[in-house]
Amino acid sequence: MATLTIALMDPPYEAETTTTALRIIDAAVRKGHRVNVFAYEGAVNLTMKDQAAHPNPVKGTTVEEEDHVIPSKLVAALLGTEQVEWINCGLCVDERGSGNWVDGARRGAPADFLKWSQESTNTLVIGTK
Amino acid sequence: MSNYLLIESRDPFEYGDTRYMYSLADDLAAKGNDVTLFLIQNGVFTTRPGVKDNPLEGLSKGAQSVKVLADDFSLRERGISQSSLLGGVKVSNVDNLVDLLVQEGTKAVWH
Repeated sequence: MATLTIALMDPPYEAETTTTALRIIDAAVRKGHRVNVFAYEGAVNLTMKDQAAHPNPVKGTTVEEEDHVIPSKLVAALLGTEQVEWINCGLCVDERGSGNWVDGARRGAPADFLKWSQESTNTLVIGTK
Repeated sequence: MSNYLLIESRDPFEYGDTRYMYSLADDLAAKGNDVTLFLIQNGVFTTRPGVKDNPLEGLSKGAQSVKVLADDFSLRERGISQSSLLGGVKVSNVDNLVDLLVQEGTKAVWH
């Protein structure tokens, strides 16, 4: 079993890289690996518990018909496997006022990312565009 | 020699610096390194035949050539048929990407 460390920077509902990163984390977990995620900049908003589905009044569709994917629920599911650790950059959190996280996410600093990188099999930094 | 995993998520017509990743892959392979170029998201657009000035077609062919993989999910999202990809491109997926990432000593770069 290996350990991967992944750094994310994109906020939810913004970039395809978030979907790809969650796919990679999911694949690693299914293969029995451990994954450390360091959320930096806008990515700290991925863990915000208050994300919610909504209807679309323009199209006249309901919440159920819209069937939105909620990033924080995906993150919560990954954290629920207990193979994923998630640290949000504390300064990035303070800047954005992004509290009320899903269970398992915790506050940290770039020093945690460095420590994880040194301890991991590999590290992947997925930068923002 | 080292093992490099270059992950390209961008289309060269979207960002000018994308071409540097192809050049980097080619140069690393020419130095005798084991290089995989994993195309994902808009990075898979270069797998289509008929792309003008396609950096994928500019990669060197030979014993030390770059291994090119394309994410199946990204191909499907963009309606690119797996049966009409440029020669040398192999269809892959994120499961395989994880296998490559966890190989000891692999140097991974995302762009």
